[in-house]
Amino acid sequence: MRVLVCVKRVPAPGARINITADGQAVDTAHLAFTTSPHEECAVESAAQLVEEHGGEATVLTLGPAASEEQLRYAASVGIQRCVLASVSEEWDPQRTATGIVSVIGELEATDGPFDLILFGNESADAGGFQVGIRVAHALDRPIVNGAKGLTVEEGHARIERATDAGLETYALTLPAVIGIKEGINLPRYPTMRGRLASKKADVVTVEVDAAAGGLRKVMLERPPERESSTVILGHGPEAAAAVVDLLDEIGAL
Amino acid sequence: MSAPVLVVVEHDRGDLMPATLEAMTIARDLALAYDAPVEALAVGDVAAGTTDRLGEFGGGVVHLVTDELLTDYGPEIWADCVTQVVRSLAPSIVIATGTDRGNEVMAGVAARLDAPFAANCIEVRPTEGGVDLTRVRWGGSLLEQARLDAEIPLVTIAHHSIEPVPAPTPTAVVTSALPVEIDQALTRSMVTGRVERTAGITLATAPVVVGGGRGVGSADGFGPLEALASTLGGVVGCSRAVTNNGWRNHADQVGQTGTRIAPDVYFACGISGAIQHWVGAMASKHIIAINTDGDANMVHRAGYAVIGDLHVVVPAITEEILRRRG
Repeated sequence: MRVLVCVKRVPAPGARINITADGQAVDTAHLAFTTSPHEECAVESAAQLVEEHGGEATVLTLGPAASEEQLRYAASVGIQRCVLASVSEEWDPQRTATGIVSVIGELEATDGPFDLILFGNESADAGGFQVGIRVAHALDRPIVNGAKGLTVEEGHARIERATDAGLETYALTLPAVIGIKEGINLPRYPTMRGRLASKKADVVTVEVDAAAGGLRKVMLERPPERESSTVILGHGPEAAAAVVDLLDEIGAL
Repeated sequence: MSAPVLVVVEHDRGDLMPATLEAMTIARDLALAYDAPVEALAVGDVAAGTTDRLGEFGGGVVHLVTDELLTDYGPEIWADCVTQVVRSLAPSIVIATGTDRGNEVMAGVAARLDAPFAANCIEVRPTEGGVDLTRVRWGGSLLEQARLDAEIPLVTIAHHSIEPVPAPTPTAVVTSALPVEIDQALTRSMVTGRVERTAGITLATAPVVVGGGRGVGSADGFGPLEALASTLGGVVGCSRAVTNNGWRNHADQVGQTGTRIAPDVYFACGISGAIQHWVGAMASKHIIAINTDGDANMVHRAGYAVIGDLHVVVPAITEEILRRRG
Protein backbone atom coordinates (compact mmCIF):
# COMPACT_ATOMS: atom_id res chain seq x y z
CA MET A 1 0.00 0.00 0.00
CA ARG A 2 1.00 3.62 -0.50
CA VAL A 3 0.88 5.87 2.52
CA LEU A 4 1.53 9.60 2.74
CA VAL A 5 2.13 11.25 6.08
CA CYS A 6 2.10 15.05 6.39
CA VAL A 7 4.15 16.62 9.19
CA LYS A 8 5.01 20.07 10.51
CA ARG A 9 8.22 21.33 12.04
CA VAL A 10 7.45 23.04 15.35
CA PRO A 11 9.55 24.45 18.19
CA ALA A 12 10.08 22.03 21.08
CA PRO A 13 9.34 24.40 23.91
CA GLY A 14 10.51 23.96 27.47
CA ALA A 15 8.54 25.17 30.42
CA ARG A 16 8.14 28.68 29.10
CA ILE A 17 7.40 29.94 25.60
CA ASN A 18 8.90 33.32 24.75
CA ILE A 19 7.75 35.53 21.93
CA THR A 20 9.89 37.61 19.58
CA ALA A 21 9.95 41.37 20.17
CA ASP A 22 7.63 42.03 17.21
CA GLY A 23 5.05 39.56 18.52
CA GLN A 24 5.06 37.57 15.30
CA ALA A 25 6.53 34.24 16.36
CA VAL A 26 7.83 32.05 19.12
CA ASP A 27 11.39 33.06 19.98
CA THR A 28 13.27 29.96 18.91
CA ALA A 29 16.78 31.27 19.62
CA HIS A 30 17.21 28.76 22.44
CA LEU A 31 14.79 26.10 21.34
CA ALA A 32 15.21 22.88 19.42
CA PHE A 33 12.71 21.85 16.78
CA THR A 34 10.70 18.71 16.55
CA THR A 35 7.89 17.05 14.65
CA SER A 36 4.51 18.02 16.09
CA PRO A 37 3.58 15.20 18.56
CA HIS A 38 0.43 13.90 16.87
CA GLU A 39 2.37 13.77 13.61
CA GLU A 40 5.25 11.91 15.19
CA CYS A 41 2.70 9.22 15.95
CA ALA A 42 1.33 9.47 12.41
CA VAL A 43 4.84 8.79 11.09
CA GLU A 44 5.01 5.70 13.32
CA SER A 45 1.60 4.56 12.04
CA ALA A 46 2.76 4.99 8.44
CA ALA A 47 5.95 2.99 9.12
CA GLN A 48 3.96 0.20 10.79
CA LEU A 49 1.42 0.05 7.96
CA VAL A 50 4.04 -0.49 5.25
CA GLU A 51 5.89 -2.99 7.43
CA GLU A 52 2.68 -4.94 7.80
CA HIS A 53 1.19 -4.57 4.33
CA GLY A 54 4.23 -3.85 2.17
CA GLY A 55 4.42 -0.84 -0.11
CA GLU A 56 5.92 2.53 0.49
CA ALA A 57 5.51 5.45 2.87
CA THR A 58 6.22 9.05 1.91
CA VAL A 59 6.58 11.96 4.30
CA LEU A 60 5.62 15.46 3.16
CA THR A 61 6.07 18.77 4.88
CA LEU A 62 5.14 22.27 3.83
CA GLY A 63 7.47 24.56 5.71
CA PRO A 64 10.84 26.24 5.86
CA ALA A 65 13.88 24.61 4.23
CA ALA A 66 15.06 23.61 7.72
CA SER A 67 12.12 21.18 7.89
CA GLU A 68 14.47 18.80 6.09
CA GLU A 69 15.56 17.84 9.62
CA GLN A 70 12.07 16.48 10.40
CA LEU A 71 11.92 14.66 7.05
CA ARG A 72 15.26 12.96 7.70
CA TYR A 73 14.08 11.99 11.15
CA ALA A 74 11.03 10.33 9.57
CA ALA A 75 13.40 8.56 7.16
CA SER A 76 15.39 7.27 10.13
CA VAL A 77 12.30 5.59 11.61
CA GLY A 78 11.02 3.75 8.56
CA ILE A 79 9.70 6.22 5.95
CA GLN A 80 11.05 5.63 2.43
CA ARG A 81 10.52 8.92 0.62
CA CYS A 82 10.82 12.56 1.70
CA VAL A 83 9.19 15.55 0.03
CA LEU A 84 9.75 19.15 1.09
CA ALA A 85 7.39 21.86 -0.16
CA SER A 86 9.56 24.76 0.79
CA VAL A 87 7.95 28.04 1.82
CA SER A 88 9.63 31.05 3.36
CA GLU A 89 6.95 32.13 5.85
CA GLU A 90 4.26 30.40 7.88
CA TRP A 91 1.17 29.93 5.76
CA ASP A 92 -2.39 30.22 7.04
CA PRO A 93 -4.42 26.97 7.20
CA GLN A 94 -6.42 27.52 3.99
CA ARG A 95 -3.31 28.32 2.02
CA THR A 96 -1.43 25.38 3.57
CA ALA A 97 -4.22 22.99 2.60
CA THR A 98 -4.33 24.30 -0.97
CA GLY A 99 -0.55 23.94 -1.23
CA ILE A 100 -0.60 20.39 0.10
CA VAL A 101 -3.42 19.42 -2.28
CA SER A 102 -1.39 20.61 -5.24
CA VAL A 103 1.71 18.70 -4.12
CA ILE A 104 -0.35 15.54 -3.54
CA GLY A 105 -1.75 16.00 -7.05
CA GLU A 106 1.76 16.04 -8.49
CA LEU A 107 2.92 13.06 -6.45
CA GLU A 108 -0.13 11.00 -7.38
CA ALA A 109 0.13 11.94 -11.06
CA THR A 110 3.63 10.44 -11.21
CA ASP A 111 3.36 7.47 -8.89
CA GLY A 112 -0.31 6.67 -8.49
CA PRO A 113 -2.79 7.41 -5.73
CA PHE A 114 -2.07 7.08 -2.01
CA ASP A 115 -4.26 4.55 -0.24
CA LEU A 116 -3.98 6.51 2.97
CA ILE A 117 -3.01 10.08 3.78
CA LEU A 118 -2.22 10.67 7.44
CA PHE A 119 -2.16 13.98 9.27
CA GLY A 120 -1.75 14.86 12.93
CA ASN A 121 -4.99 15.78 14.66
CA GLU A 122 -3.75 19.37 14.93
CA SER A 123 -0.37 21.07 14.90
CA ALA A 124 1.19 21.72 18.30
CA ASP A 125 1.98 25.35 17.57
CA ALA A 126 -0.83 26.88 15.48
CA GLY A 127 -3.55 24.39 16.45
CA GLY A 128 -5.74 25.26 13.46
CA PHE A 129 -7.61 21.91 13.49
CA GLN A 130 -8.39 22.05 9.78
CA VAL A 131 -5.64 21.37 7.24
CA GLY A 132 -6.24 17.61 6.95
CA ILE A 133 -9.99 18.10 6.72
CA ARG A 134 -9.65 20.70 3.98
CA VAL A 135 -7.29 18.44 2.03
CA ALA A 136 -9.66 15.46 2.33
CA HIS A 137 -12.58 17.54 1.11
CA ALA A 138 -10.61 18.86 -1.86
CA LEU A 139 -9.67 15.29 -2.81
CA ASP A 140 -13.21 14.03 -2.07
CA ARG A 141 -11.89 11.33 0.24
CA PRO A 142 -13.44 10.37 3.56
CA ILE A 143 -11.78 11.70 6.69
CA VAL A 144 -11.99 11.06 10.39
CA ASN A 145 -9.88 13.02 12.83
CA GLY A 146 -8.66 12.02 16.29
CA ALA A 147 -7.72 8.41 15.51
CA LYS A 148 -6.39 6.56 18.57
CA GLY A 149 -6.48 3.20 16.82
CA LEU A 150 -5.97 2.23 13.18
CA THR A 151 -6.00 -1.09 11.37
CA VAL A 152 -6.21 -1.66 7.63
CA GLU A 153 -7.70 -4.72 6.01
CA GLU A 154 -9.31 -5.52 2.68
CA GLY A 155 -9.49 -1.98 1.44
CA HIS A 156 -10.88 -0.54 4.67
CA ALA A 157 -9.38 1.45 7.50
CA ARG A 158 -10.88 0.73 10.88
CA ILE A 159 -10.46 3.67 13.23
CA GLU A 160 -10.95 4.00 16.95
CA ARG A 161 -11.49 7.35 18.54
CA ALA A 162 -11.62 8.14 22.24
CA THR A 163 -14.66 9.81 23.79
CA ASP A 164 -15.58 10.61 27.39
CA ALA A 165 -17.55 7.39 27.52
CA GLY A 166 -15.10 5.04 25.81
CA LEU A 167 -14.36 4.49 22.14
CA GLU A 168 -16.12 5.15 18.87
CA THR A 169 -15.27 3.14 15.79
CA TYR A 170 -15.32 4.23 12.17
CA ALA A 171 -14.74 2.25 8.98
CA LEU A 172 -13.47 4.16 5.97
CA THR A 173 -13.12 2.77 2.47
CA LEU A 174 -9.70 3.48 1.00
CA PRO A 175 -8.44 5.79 -0.32
CA ALA A 176 -9.00 7.83 2.84
CA VAL A 177 -7.52 10.55 5.00
CA ILE A 178 -7.03 10.15 8.76
CA GLY A 179 -6.06 12.59 11.51
CA ILE A 180 -3.89 10.74 14.04
CA LYS A 181 -3.84 11.53 17.75
CA GLU A 182 -0.96 11.00 20.13
CA GLY A 183 -1.38 7.79 22.10
CA ILE A 184 -2.21 5.64 19.08
CA ASN A 185 1.30 4.20 19.41
CA LEU A 186 4.63 4.83 21.05
CA PRO A 187 6.92 6.17 18.30
CA ARG A 188 10.13 4.18 17.97
CA TYR A 189 13.56 5.69 18.40
CA PRO A 190 15.77 5.63 15.34
CA THR A 191 18.33 2.85 15.22
CA MET A 192 21.95 3.70 14.45
CA ARG A 193 21.43 2.09 11.05
CA GLY A 194 18.30 4.16 10.48
CA ARG A 195 20.14 7.31 11.42
CA LEU A 196 22.96 6.62 9.00
CA ALA A 197 20.57 5.74 6.19
CA SER A 198 18.53 8.89 6.76
CA LYS A 199 21.62 11.03 6.17
CA LYS A 200 21.77 9.67 2.64
CA ALA A 201 18.02 9.75 2.04
CA ASP A 202 16.93 11.69 -1.00
CA VAL A 203 14.88 14.74 -0.01
CA VAL A 204 12.89 15.95 -3.00
CA THR A 205 12.14 19.67 -2.88
CA VAL A 206 9.08 20.89 -4.77
CA GLU A 207 7.85 24.37 -5.59
CA VAL A 208 4.48 25.33 -4.24
CA ASP A 209 2.31 28.41 -4.31
CA ALA A 210 -1.24 29.17 -3.25
CA ALA A 211 -3.36 32.22 -2.53
CA ALA A 212 -3.53 33.44 1.07
CA GLY A 213 -6.67 32.52 3.01
CA GLY A 214 -8.83 34.76 5.17
CA LEU A 215 -7.31 34.13 8.59
CA ARG A 216 -4.36 36.35 9.40
CA LYS A 217 -2.21 36.31 12.51
CA VAL A 218 -1.84 39.81 13.91
CA MET A 219 0.36 38.99 16.86
CA LEU A 220 1.14 36.47 19.55
CA GLU A 221 1.07 37.26 23.23
CA ARG A 222 1.50 35.48 26.48
CA PRO A 223 -1.63 35.04 28.53
CA PRO A 224 -1.62 37.10 31.73
CA GLU A 225 0.45 35.23 34.33
CA ARG A 226 -1.42 34.06 37.32
CA GLU A 227 0.32 35.77 40.19
CA SER A 228 2.54 33.29 41.87
CA SER A 229 0.97 33.27 45.29
CA THR A 230 1.38 29.61 46.05
CA VAL A 231 0.44 28.73 49.60
CA ILE A 232 3.05 26.35 50.96
CA LEU A 233 1.09 23.87 53.08
CA GLY A 234 4.21 22.45 54.64
CA HIS A 235 7.28 20.28 54.18
CA GLY A 236 7.34 16.51 54.03
CA PRO A 237 4.72 14.12 55.48
CA GLU A 238 3.97 16.52 58.35
CA ALA A 239 2.09 18.64 55.79
CA ALA A 240 -0.60 15.93 55.46
CA ALA A 241 -2.81 17.50 58.14
CA ALA A 242 -2.78 20.87 56.36
CA VAL A 243 -3.59 19.18 53.04
CA VAL A 244 -6.54 17.36 54.54
CA ASP A 245 -7.75 20.55 56.26
CA LEU A 246 -7.75 22.16 52.81
CA LEU A 247 -9.61 19.22 51.24
CA ASP A 248 -12.19 19.51 54.02
CA GLU A 249 -12.56 23.25 53.50
CA ILE A 250 -13.24 22.89 49.76
CA GLY A 251 -15.57 19.96 50.32
CA ALA A 252 -13.45 17.32 48.63
CA LEU A 253 -13.44 14.84 51.50
CA MET B 1 -31.94 43.37 13.42
CA SER B 2 -29.17 41.54 11.63
CA ALA B 3 -29.05 37.94 10.51
CA PRO B 4 -28.83 35.51 13.44
CA VAL B 5 -25.81 34.37 15.39
CA LEU B 6 -25.94 30.64 14.69
CA VAL B 7 -24.70 28.09 17.23
CA VAL B 8 -24.01 24.52 16.08
CA VAL B 9 -25.30 22.20 18.81
CA GLU B 10 -22.97 19.39 19.84
CA HIS B 11 -24.80 16.31 20.98
CA ASP B 12 -24.17 12.61 21.12
CA ARG B 13 -27.11 10.58 19.85
CA GLY B 14 -29.42 13.25 21.21
CA ASP B 15 -27.68 14.07 24.47
CA LEU B 16 -26.61 17.69 24.66
CA MET B 17 -22.87 18.17 25.27
CA PRO B 18 -22.13 20.83 27.92
CA ALA B 19 -19.63 22.64 25.66
CA THR B 20 -22.64 23.76 23.60
CA LEU B 21 -23.76 25.92 26.52
CA GLU B 22 -20.37 27.65 26.56
CA ALA B 23 -20.87 28.48 22.88
CA MET B 24 -24.42 29.71 23.62
CA THR B 25 -23.06 31.99 26.35
CA ILE B 26 -20.59 33.65 23.99
CA ALA B 27 -23.25 33.77 21.29
CA ARG B 28 -25.43 36.04 23.46
CA ASP B 29 -22.63 38.59 23.75
CA LEU B 30 -22.10 38.46 20.01
CA ALA B 31 -25.82 38.81 19.41
CA LEU B 32 -25.69 42.14 21.25
CA ALA B 33 -22.74 43.28 19.14
CA TYR B 34 -24.48 42.29 15.90
CA ASP B 35 -27.94 43.36 17.09
CA ALA B 36 -29.08 39.89 16.10
CA PRO B 37 -30.98 36.98 17.66
CA VAL B 38 -29.27 33.78 18.81
CA GLU B 39 -30.37 30.70 16.93
CA ALA B 40 -29.20 27.12 17.31
CA LEU B 41 -28.84 24.29 14.84
CA ALA B 42 -28.95 20.60 15.69
CA VAL B 43 -28.13 17.92 13.14
CA GLY B 44 -29.95 14.66 13.93
CA ASP B 45 -32.61 13.99 16.58
CA VAL B 46 -32.05 15.56 20.00
CA ALA B 47 -33.39 14.34 23.33
CA ALA B 48 -36.61 15.75 24.77
CA GLY B 49 -35.92 18.92 26.73
CA THR B 50 -32.90 19.91 24.63
CA THR B 51 -34.65 22.76 22.88
CA ASP B 52 -35.91 24.14 26.20
CA ARG B 53 -32.40 23.95 27.58
CA LEU B 54 -31.15 25.93 24.58
CA GLY B 55 -33.92 28.45 25.25
CA GLU B 56 -32.64 28.90 28.80
CA PHE B 57 -29.36 29.94 27.25
CA GLY B 58 -30.97 32.41 24.89
CA GLY B 59 -31.67 30.37 21.75
CA GLY B 60 -34.88 31.81 20.30
CA VAL B 61 -35.08 29.55 17.30
CA VAL B 62 -33.73 26.03 17.21
CA HIS B 63 -33.30 24.67 13.71
CA LEU B 64 -33.62 20.93 13.50
CA VAL B 65 -32.22 18.88 10.65
CA THR B 66 -33.53 15.35 10.92
CA ASP B 67 -33.38 12.42 8.56
CA GLU B 68 -33.43 8.66 8.92
CA LEU B 69 -29.80 8.60 7.79
CA LEU B 70 -28.72 10.90 10.64
CA THR B 71 -28.71 8.16 13.23
CA ASP B 72 -25.31 8.97 14.67
CA TYR B 73 -22.41 11.36 14.44
CA GLY B 74 -20.43 11.63 11.23
CA PRO B 75 -17.99 14.47 10.61
CA GLU B 76 -18.68 14.76 6.91
CA ILE B 77 -22.44 14.36 6.92
CA TRP B 78 -22.79 16.82 9.81
CA ALA B 79 -20.52 19.33 8.09
CA ASP B 80 -22.53 19.00 4.89
CA CYS B 81 -25.84 19.62 6.71
CA VAL B 82 -24.44 22.63 8.57
CA THR B 83 -23.04 24.01 5.32
CA GLN B 84 -26.44 23.84 3.63
CA VAL B 85 -28.11 25.58 6.57
CA VAL B 86 -25.43 28.28 6.62
CA ARG B 87 -25.95 28.84 2.90
CA SER B 88 -29.71 29.20 3.31
CA LEU B 89 -29.77 31.24 6.54
CA ALA B 90 -26.73 33.42 5.78
CA PRO B 91 -26.13 34.05 9.50
CA SER B 92 -24.00 36.91 10.84
CA ILE B 93 -21.55 34.37 12.30
CA VAL B 94 -21.43 30.63 13.04
CA ILE B 95 -20.17 29.38 16.40
CA ALA B 96 -19.40 25.81 17.41
CA THR B 97 -17.77 24.03 20.33
CA GLY B 98 -13.98 23.87 20.52
CA THR B 99 -14.06 20.10 21.00
CA ASP B 100 -12.99 17.16 18.83
CA ARG B 101 -16.38 17.14 17.14
CA GLY B 102 -16.98 20.88 17.05
CA ASN B 103 -13.64 21.67 15.48
CA GLU B 104 -13.94 18.76 13.08
CA VAL B 105 -17.41 19.75 11.86
CA MET B 106 -16.52 23.42 11.54
CA ALA B 107 -13.36 22.63 9.56
CA GLY B 108 -15.55 20.57 7.24
CA VAL B 109 -17.98 23.49 6.85
CA ALA B 110 -15.06 25.83 6.13
CA ALA B 111 -13.71 23.43 3.52
CA ARG B 112 -17.10 23.27 1.79
CA LEU B 113 -17.58 27.05 1.85
CA ASP B 114 -13.91 27.61 0.98
CA ALA B 115 -13.94 30.08 3.85
CA PRO B 116 -11.55 30.80 6.70
CA PHE B 117 -12.12 29.22 10.10
CA ALA B 118 -10.60 30.05 13.49
CA ALA B 119 -10.54 27.25 16.06
CA ASN B 120 -10.52 27.64 19.83
CA CYS B 121 -11.29 31.33 20.21
CA ILE B 122 -11.66 32.95 23.60
CA GLU B 123 -12.83 36.33 22.31
CA VAL B 124 -14.55 37.36 19.10
CA ARG B 125 -15.09 41.02 18.18
CA PRO B 126 -17.24 41.79 15.13
CA THR B 127 -15.85 44.44 12.78
CA GLU B 128 -16.44 45.55 9.22
CA GLY B 129 -15.99 42.60 6.87
CA GLY B 130 -15.21 39.98 9.50
CA VAL B 131 -14.07 39.61 13.07
CA ASP B 132 -11.03 40.32 15.17
CA LEU B 133 -10.43 37.47 17.52
CA THR B 134 -8.24 36.05 20.24
CA ARG B 135 -7.57 32.35 20.02
CA VAL B 136 -5.42 29.92 21.94
CA ARG B 137 -2.25 28.39 20.55
CA TRP B 138 -0.04 25.75 22.09
CA GLY B 139 -3.13 24.47 23.85
CA GLY B 140 -3.56 27.73 25.74
CA SER B 141 -0.03 28.72 26.65
CA LEU B 142 0.04 31.42 23.96
CA LEU B 143 -2.68 33.71 22.72
CA GLU B 144 -2.96 34.74 19.11
CA GLN B 145 -4.60 37.96 18.05
CA ALA B 146 -5.94 37.30 14.58
CA ARG B 147 -8.06 38.83 11.89
CA LEU B 148 -10.64 36.74 10.08
CA ASP B 149 -12.00 38.25 6.85
CA ALA B 150 -15.24 36.61 5.81
CA GLU B 151 -18.84 37.45 5.08
CA ILE B 152 -19.86 34.69 7.50
CA PRO B 153 -17.10 34.11 10.07
CA LEU B 154 -16.73 30.52 11.30
CA VAL B 155 -15.32 30.11 14.81
CA THR B 156 -15.21 27.60 17.64
CA ILE B 157 -14.95 28.51 21.32
CA ALA B 158 -12.09 27.05 23.36
CA HIS B 159 -13.57 24.43 25.70
CA HIS B 160 -13.51 25.40 29.41
CA SER B 161 -12.48 28.98 28.53
CA ILE B 162 -15.75 30.41 29.84
CA GLU B 163 -18.39 29.39 32.35
CA PRO B 164 -21.74 28.58 30.74
CA VAL B 165 -24.26 31.10 32.07
CA PRO B 166 -28.01 30.91 31.37
CA ALA B 167 -29.72 33.98 29.91
CA PRO B 168 -31.19 36.40 32.50
CA THR B 169 -34.60 35.47 31.14
CA PRO B 170 -35.19 32.26 29.22
CA THR B 171 -36.35 32.59 25.65
CA ALA B 172 -39.51 30.94 24.41
CA VAL B 173 -38.17 28.52 21.86
CA VAL B 174 -39.53 28.12 18.38
CA THR B 175 -38.34 25.05 16.52
CA SER B 176 -37.91 25.11 12.78
CA ALA B 177 -37.50 22.06 10.63
CA LEU B 178 -35.10 22.86 7.84
CA PRO B 179 -35.15 20.99 4.58
CA VAL B 180 -31.67 19.73 3.81
CA GLU B 181 -30.59 17.41 1.05
CA ILE B 182 -28.84 14.54 2.71
CA ASP B 183 -25.90 13.25 0.71
CA GLN B 184 -26.08 9.53 1.34
CA ALA B 185 -22.47 9.06 0.18
CA LEU B 186 -21.30 10.94 3.27
CA THR B 187 -22.55 8.24 5.61
CA ARG B 188 -19.14 6.75 4.70
CA SER B 189 -17.55 8.40 7.74
CA MET B 190 -20.27 7.94 10.36
CA VAL B 191 -19.70 6.18 13.67
CA THR B 192 -20.08 2.44 13.08
CA GLY B 193 -19.78 1.16 16.62
CA ARG B 194 -18.81 1.88 20.19
CA VAL B 195 -16.93 0.35 23.07
CA GLU B 196 -18.32 1.88 26.25
CA ARG B 197 -16.19 1.91 29.34
CA THR B 198 -17.81 0.32 32.34
CA ALA B 199 -16.19 2.45 35.02
CA GLY B 200 -18.16 5.61 35.71
CA ILE B 201 -15.46 8.16 36.38
CA THR B 202 -13.13 9.35 33.65
CA LEU B 203 -10.14 11.62 33.69
CA ALA B 204 -12.12 14.34 31.95
CA THR B 205 -14.97 14.29 34.47
CA ALA B 206 -13.37 13.14 37.75
CA PRO B 207 -13.83 15.48 40.74
CA VAL B 208 -10.33 14.62 41.96
CA VAL B 209 -7.29 13.78 39.85
CA VAL B 210 -4.03 12.57 41.35
CA GLY B 211 -1.37 13.19 38.73
CA GLY B 212 2.13 11.77 38.70
CA GLY B 213 5.17 12.85 36.74
CA ARG B 214 8.75 11.82 36.20
CA GLY B 215 9.30 12.10 39.96
CA VAL B 216 7.14 9.02 40.56
CA GLY B 217 10.05 7.04 39.16
CA SER B 218 8.40 3.85 37.94
CA ALA B 219 5.11 2.20 37.02
CA ASP B 220 4.94 0.65 40.50
CA GLY B 221 5.48 4.06 42.07
CA PHE B 222 1.89 4.93 41.09
CA GLY B 223 0.46 2.57 43.75
CA PRO B 224 0.21 5.23 46.49
CA LEU B 225 -1.28 7.69 43.95
CA GLU B 226 -3.94 5.09 43.06
CA ALA B 227 -4.68 4.68 46.77
CA LEU B 228 -5.12 8.42 47.34
CA ALA B 229 -7.29 8.74 44.22
CA SER B 230 -9.60 5.92 45.22
CA THR B 231 -9.87 7.28 48.77
CA LEU B 232 -11.18 10.56 47.31
CA GLY B 233 -13.31 9.00 44.56
CA GLY B 234 -10.93 10.24 41.91
CA VAL B 235 -8.64 8.87 39.23
CA VAL B 236 -4.94 8.90 38.45
CA GLY B 237 -3.46 11.03 35.69
CA CYS B 238 0.10 11.48 34.47
CA SER B 239 2.44 13.69 32.49
CA ARG B 240 3.89 13.00 29.06
CA ALA B 241 7.21 11.94 30.57
CA VAL B 242 5.40 9.07 32.28
CA THR B 243 3.70 7.93 29.08
CA ASN B 244 6.95 8.16 27.13
CA ASN B 245 8.62 5.97 29.74
CA GLY B 246 5.86 3.42 29.32
CA TRP B 247 4.87 3.63 33.00
CA ARG B 248 1.25 4.36 32.19
CA ASN B 249 -1.10 4.27 29.24
CA HIS B 250 -1.59 7.42 27.16
CA ALA B 251 -5.26 7.40 28.19
CA ASP B 252 -4.08 8.71 31.58
CA GLN B 253 -2.05 11.57 30.11
CA VAL B 254 -3.06 15.08 31.13
CA GLY B 255 -1.97 17.84 28.79
CA GLN B 256 -2.04 19.46 25.39
CA THR B 257 -1.94 16.16 23.55
CA GLY B 258 -3.67 14.18 26.28
CA THR B 259 -6.81 14.93 28.25
CA ARG B 260 -7.85 18.37 29.47
CA ILE B 261 -9.03 18.03 33.03
CA ALA B 262 -11.15 20.33 35.18
CA PRO B 263 -11.50 18.62 38.59
CA ASP B 264 -12.19 20.31 41.92
CA VAL B 265 -8.77 19.17 43.11
CA TYR B 266 -5.67 18.25 41.15
CA PHE B 267 -2.70 16.78 42.97
CA ALA B 268 0.43 17.27 40.82
CA CYS B 269 2.94 14.82 42.28
CA GLY B 270 6.52 14.95 41.05
CA ILE B 271 5.46 16.94 37.99
CA SER B 272 7.82 19.70 36.90
CA GLY B 273 5.08 21.59 35.09
CA ALA B 274 6.11 21.80 31.45
CA ILE B 275 3.77 24.08 29.57
CA GLN B 276 2.20 21.20 27.63
CA HIS B 277 1.15 19.59 30.88
CA TRP B 278 0.03 22.82 32.48
CA VAL B 279 -2.44 23.67 29.72
CA GLY B 280 -4.20 20.36 30.31
CA ALA B 281 -4.42 20.94 34.05
CA MET B 282 -4.98 24.69 34.37
CA ALA B 283 -8.78 24.46 34.40
CA SER B 284 -8.60 22.60 37.74
CA LYS B 285 -10.26 24.55 40.57
CA HIS B 286 -7.57 23.81 43.17
CA ILE B 287 -4.09 22.56 42.39
CA ILE B 288 -1.85 21.05 45.06
CA ALA B 289 1.72 20.47 43.90
CA ILE B 290 3.84 17.93 45.74
CA ASN B 291 7.46 18.26 44.77
CA THR B 292 10.93 18.03 46.27
CA ASP B 293 11.90 21.10 44.23
CA GLY B 294 10.32 24.26 45.62
CA ASP B 295 11.34 26.04 42.42
CA ALA B 296 9.53 23.70 40.03
CA ASN B 297 7.17 25.48 37.62
CA MET B 298 4.31 23.41 38.93
CA VAL B 299 4.96 24.67 42.46
CA HIS B 300 4.91 28.29 41.27
CA ARG B 301 1.73 27.83 39.28
CA ALA B 302 -0.20 25.78 41.80
CA GLY B 303 -2.43 27.41 44.37
CA TYR B 304 -0.97 25.15 47.07
CA ALA B 305 2.20 23.15 47.47
CA VAL B 306 3.85 20.65 49.73
CA ILE B 307 7.62 20.59 49.49
CA GLY B 308 8.72 17.04 49.97
CA ASP B 309 9.08 13.57 48.53
CA LEU B 310 5.81 12.40 47.03
CA HIS B 311 6.65 8.82 48.04
CA VAL B 312 6.16 9.72 51.68
CA VAL B 313 3.82 12.72 51.40
CA VAL B 314 1.12 10.98 49.34
CA PRO B 315 0.73 7.96 51.69
CA ALA B 316 0.69 10.37 54.65
CA ILE B 317 -2.23 12.28 53.11
CA THR B 318 -4.18 9.07 52.45
CA GLU B 319 -3.52 7.93 56.00
CA GLU B 320 -4.67 11.26 57.46
CA ILE B 321 -7.91 11.15 55.45
CA LEU B 322 -8.64 7.62 56.64
CA ARG B 323 -7.77 8.56 60.23
CA ARG B 324 -10.23 11.48 60.22
CA ARG B 325 -12.95 9.37 58.68
CA GLY B 326 -12.37 6.94 61.53
